[in-house]
Amino acid sequence: MEPSSSAASAPAARPLAAPPPPAAANDPAQTLIEIENLDFYYGAKQALSDINIRIPEKRVTAFIGPSGCGKSTLLRCLNRMNDLIDGASVKRGSIRIRGVDIHGRDVDPIELRKRVGMVFQKSNPFPKSIYENIAYGLRIQGIKNKPRLDEVVEKSLRGAALWDEVKDRLHESGLGLSGGQQQRLCIARTIAVEPDIILMDEPCSALDPIATAKVEELVHELKKQFTIIIVTHSMQQAARCSDMTAFFYLGKLVEFDATHNIFMNPKNPQTEAYVSGRFG
Amino acid sequence: MPSFNSSMPAPGSASPVPAARANPFAPRRGGARRAESAVRWVFRLATYFILACGLYIFGDIIVKGLPTVARGFQTTESFPYFTNTFLARPPETLHVFEHDGEKREMGDAAFRAFREAEAAKASAAGEPAPRFDTSSYAYASGGILPNIVGTVLLVLGSMAIALVVGVSAAVYLGEYARDTALVRFIRLAILNLAGVPSIVYGLFGVGLFVVFLGWGTSLLAGWFTLAFMVLPVIITASEEALRSVPKGFREASLALGATKWQTIRTNVLPYALPGILTSSILGVARVAGETAPIMFTAAFAVSDRLPWQVEKWSDFFFQGVMALPYHIYVVSSKIPQNEYTERVQYGTAFVFLAIVALIAATSIVLRNKLRGRYRW
Repeated sequence: MEPSSSAASAPAARPLAAPPPPAAANDPAQTLIEIENLDFYYGAKQALSDINIRIPEKRVTAFIGPSGCGKSTLLRCLNRMNDLIDGASVKRGSIRIRGVDIHGRDVDPIELRKRVGMVFQKSNPFPKSIYENIAYGLRIQGIKNKPRLDEVVEKSLRGAALWDEVKDRLHESGLGLSGGQQQRLCIARTIAVEPDIILMDEPCSALDPIATAKVEELVHELKKQFTIIIVTHSMQQAARCSDMTAFFYLGKLVEFDATHNIFMNPKNPQTEAYVSGRFG
Repeated sequence: MPSFNSSMPAPGSASPVPAARANPFAPRRGGARRAESAVRWVFRLATYFILACGLYIFGDIIVKGLPTVARGFQTTESFPYFTNTFLARPPETLHVFEHDGEKREMGDAAFRAFREAEAAKASAAGEPAPRFDTSSYAYASGGILPNIVGTVLLVLGSMAIALVVGVSAAVYLGEYARDTALVRFIRLAILNLAGVPSIVYGLFGVGLFVVFLGWGTSLLAGWFTLAFMVLPVIITASEEALRSVPKGFREASLALGATKWQTIRTNVLPYALPGILTSSILGVARVAGETAPIMFTAAFAVSDRLPWQVEKWSDFFFQGVMALPYHIYVVSSKIPQNEYTERVQYGTAFVFLAIVALIAATSIVLRNKLRGRYRW
């Protein structure tokens, strides 16, 4: 894993020691993901056009916007999950993580996905035990050492604030958990492989308010270690748990700024209309 | 007629329900109602008709076949103290003759021994050897052991080949291949292959395996011919089973950095296995039951050895075997028909049904076990 260094101590040789985006000028966070002039197509249909965005490290960035605006598409570009869809392709532009173009010839999507984890809209634990769900990510990397697996399982479950609830039934099916617990299990499974970035695709859309609050609390906790990008339909959620917010509309990035600016003082009238609930 | 509103006032109701003038829910006479009951009767009768046909066929086979098997039970001197000649002996010719004014039925071996014993008895008494005026009926005595063994071998071998090739193809088509025109064409071709008559597979097997590859009439040729015959069913059903595994499992696995094969091996195939097994149950019944594909490729009408009685192990694959469906075909159409052959026909059909039922039951138990393990 990359050492976590603040902007001040970063050596100039770092590939991404670019100046932080102006909106976050007083935020010391470093840019981790840099998207430039991105055009994305599903077959002949353009889903994203000319996206330019710089996502800071160890912050929570929220993608908001009405359905079909491309926010989930952009999220799934970041770990190349879109590769799995027939005819989906990046036609122009680039996505760089720590300065490396993730669509480059020398990037293996398998390795990329180990570093860029993902939590899905519908919680999808494997129909295996809780323990095996978490150990899966390590097992596929060939780690068989039982004490090491035990340690990672406990650490990940603690990290996902689930340990106390499940420590006595680690070997029962993960599908026996409640919806909110299942989603936190999926988060635990994701952090078990220690990614740099966690992508969350509407993680709370199927959860009740209490489970949602727990996940949001967790997001707040996780940003100390991980860079989190969260797609959400709930503007309250974006306002509550994100540092930066990007508003998308019709495949375009309308506005990207610190969250309080987006909600309190949006520069674009479309953003203002959306966050105040006048459309969308 | 009971009125809709009760005469008793509902407890706690502020105002009594006004008396209904007429029952608004009374049934109406009309075309739709008549059609409803007519259609229901058509469906019901169709189902009962099928049920009756099935019961008649099974009943006929059981009633006429069970006595043949039951007659085969005999006690023996040594462990396990009983045997069944119908299940544990190869077929023999039946000799029917009169001796000392009583009618005797004997299998070939028993008859020879009996004749020699009588001749010895006669020569000891200084008389000429007796002559027996026998009627002989091929296949009508003994049992069907080599046929049972042959069918089981054919089923095991061809299902092994069909499952390996078929599931691989299904995984390729369902998980790896992009949805191109070529892949759609392959799928369509596979679907159409399922409708090809089995005799065509038999002729294909003769052409390719028996003649061109020079395997002769052999187990190996039968395995591949039968495997090719069930492949379309296995591929189509396996693909369906793979498709029914939720996409979320694949995505979650890939998002954790698993390769495609790791994902399929650990998080797709295990969950699809019950569905694949269901399709292979149908495959087993078909492989075990078809006569046409094996009559030119693998089946012998008579074989004097059991399949494992070979000189070197490689001969095992290149020998023809006797098989139950082919035996039924031979005894019911290739030899003169009489009361003695009927026993064998029904006995064989009964044993055959029992074996297929046994294999199917095993697969179903296995499938249900697997299903219980993975639920979502």
